Amino acid sequence: MPRAFTPKVVTASDLLEGDVIYLTESDDWTRELSQAELITDEAHAQLRLLLAEQQPDIVVGPYLADMANGPDGPEPVHFREAFRRKGPSNYAHGKQELASNV
Amino acid sequence: MYNYTEFDTAFLAERNAQFRAQVERRIAGHLTEDEFKPLRLMNGVYLQLHAYMLRVAIPYGTLNGAQMRQLALLAETWDKGYGHFTTRQNIQYNWPKLRDIPDMLDALGEVGLHAIQTSGNTIRNVTADHFAGAAQDELADPRPVAELIRQWSTDHPEFQFLGRKFKIAITGAEQDRAVTRAHDIGLRMVERDGEIGFEVLVGGGLGRTPLIGKAIRDFLPKADLLPYLEAVLSVYNLLGRRDNKYKARIKIMVHEHGIDDIRDRVEERFAAIRPSFSGIDQQLLAQIEPQFAAPDFLATDLAAYDATYKRDPLFRAWADTNLTAHRRDDHAIVTISLKAHGETPGDASAAQMRIMADLAERYAYNELRISHEQNVILPHVPRGYLPEIHAQLRKAGLATANVGLISDIIACPGMDYCALATARSIPIAQEIATRFDDLKLEHEIGELKIKISGCINACGHHHVGHIGILGLDRAGVENYQITLGGDGTETAAIGERAGPGFSADEIIPAIERLVLAYLDLREDKSETFLQTYRRTGLAPFKAALYPEAKAHAA
Ligand code: HEM
Ligand code: SF4
Repeated sequence: MPRAFTPKVVTASDLLEGDVIYLTESDDWTRELSQAELITDEAHAQLRLLLAEQQPDIVVGPYLADMANGPDGPEPVHFREAFRRKGPSNYAHGKQELASNV
Repeated sequence: MYNYTEFDTAFLAERNAQFRAQVERRIAGHLTEDEFKPLRLMNGVYLQLHAYMLRVAIPYGTLNGAQMRQLALLAETWDKGYGHFTTRQNIQYNWPKLRDIPDMLDALGEVGLHAIQTSGNTIRNVTADHFAGAAQDELADPRPVAELIRQWSTDHPEFQFLGRKFKIAITGAEQDRAVTRAHDIGLRMVERDGEIGFEVLVGGGLGRTPLIGKAIRDFLPKADLLPYLEAVLSVYNLLGRRDNKYKARIKIMVHEHGIDDIRDRVEERFAAIRPSFSGIDQQLLAQIEPQFAAPDFLATDLAAYDATYKRDPLFRAWADTNLTAHRRDDHAIVTISLKAHGETPGDASAAQMRIMADLAERYAYNELRISHEQNVILPHVPRGYLPEIHAQLRKAGLATANVGLISDIIACPGMDYCALATARSIPIAQEIATRFDDLKLEHEIGELKIKISGCINACGHHHVGHIGILGLDRAGVENYQITLGGDGTETAAIGERAGPGFSADEIIPAIERLVLAYLDLREDKSETFLQTYRRTGLAPFKAALYPEAKAHAA
């Protein structure tokens, strides 16, 4: 039996802003993890990553990040992705500045 | 203070224009990220977890008021109103936008600052004793030589693509406040037969393989410095490993070949290139030196100082911890703590930067320094002005009396900002500081240096902390490993690992057990943590850290 595939999202940094962005189902980029496409199939994940890699004028360093399927969409399984979703812990800067993310 | 020549100004303007064009080409899609990355790194631009980061060099840690004010302007105009001072005497801005960075660099250029060679495999910002020119134990001010090295190393064609980054630190004093033994090259000014020269240390470094630098030359005459540095660099450039990034630093080369072999190779190379240095470097040095002349010291009335010292306990506590003896009795060196309890070590707001600039201009001969311990220094202050300075610092939240104490913590940005981090460091520093402030123990504990890094790269100098804390990722959870007995001074030592790591919840109580154990173990109040550790060794501290292990063994 093949190993179970951990669900993933495609994430990257925005070229101009430098902030964290995620790929959506409609091929756009969002700043909110809950809006991201949760990918549950390995082959599809590779295709989605390829799509991101073909947009070097928009994104920097795209990669596949492990996620869980939560009630409000993708949820980080590792603390690094949790920080990327929220922002630093010493100031309320980064994504947590946006009310919708608090 | 070094003033830019026309050549320097033109060079910087051209370099900034070049980078502006590179940014435009990247945005227009004419450069890929792979092509752009080395270009941005050469100009101090990183991409971190949440945003770009701009790292600005503060050469040998020296600034004037106008420069500090410009740093404040950058923080306010293009960042979120603050900056982070680092262990390498740089300032980092955590939130710039790519399009704005060329403007930031131009603004820096207006006051003779830049971000060149603050990253990449080049010779980085040369760091120096932050008390240079003011310390009592100083043989000579190392900064003219540091400036000479900066001019020689900036854009040096042979050294733009080294195997790895290369860091040089210099001190002219007895006490090593520049951590020279943990640098690729450390220079210590020494005197022999009335002549000033350098002891040259090579192959120190922290990171994944921490090593203490070794003496390659006991005495190098001053005039031989640049050819000798060039000889060391070119031996490294040829012989240093390029097959593995983690083995590419000069420390590994020295370790693998042995210091004697490296010394022979360097001397051979030195003999070959020495004649090509015709003395122009020494003429240049002679032009640089007067620019670092001491200010015309004012004699001030000490009565106000003495009276305030007697009357005001807050002033007294601050004066006792944050002042260092100046080479003149009627002056003091002021360390402004950027470690208010619970705040981020090394951060200063734009408003605080302006206050510090004002104080420097009004009372301190327009000089400021940044220390590798992430504090700001007023190197020359007439004692009579100290009460006024203290009062103004208090209003700005800058009068924390904790220099050299347990809450004067070095912490790298860790996973709150850094893309390489394996755990956070800032919250650990904040919690330790707050905890010991609550316990009201820190003055009782006395001198104790805690240094925290958020990964094995050791930007927070944890290996040379009396207590070092290294944040790791253990199976998806932040975990903190403790090292003990490290020392970054002239008696440098790499800390010893104490045992298994602690979770984020356990680390503060663990530090508390450790420090309480020290209070029990010390012979008297004059024996510092490090001295006690050296006397007793690891065992009693280990017992305090891991009481359950002791219980099991019993
Ligand atoms: C974007 C953030 C940073 C990155 C990517 C970064 C990267 C690194 C890396 C990869 C090393 C290990 C080098 C080696 O072992 O060869 C290192 C070491 C070091 N970095 Fe950083 N660093 C960052 C921030 C900082 C900061 C904020 C400071 C100052 C507070 C700093 C100061 C140092 C120091 C002192 C060392 C150890 C000395 C040595 O080079 O051996 N770095 N850094
Ligand atoms: S030690 Fe690690 S986490 Fe801290 S700044 Fe350096 S690279 Fe980043």
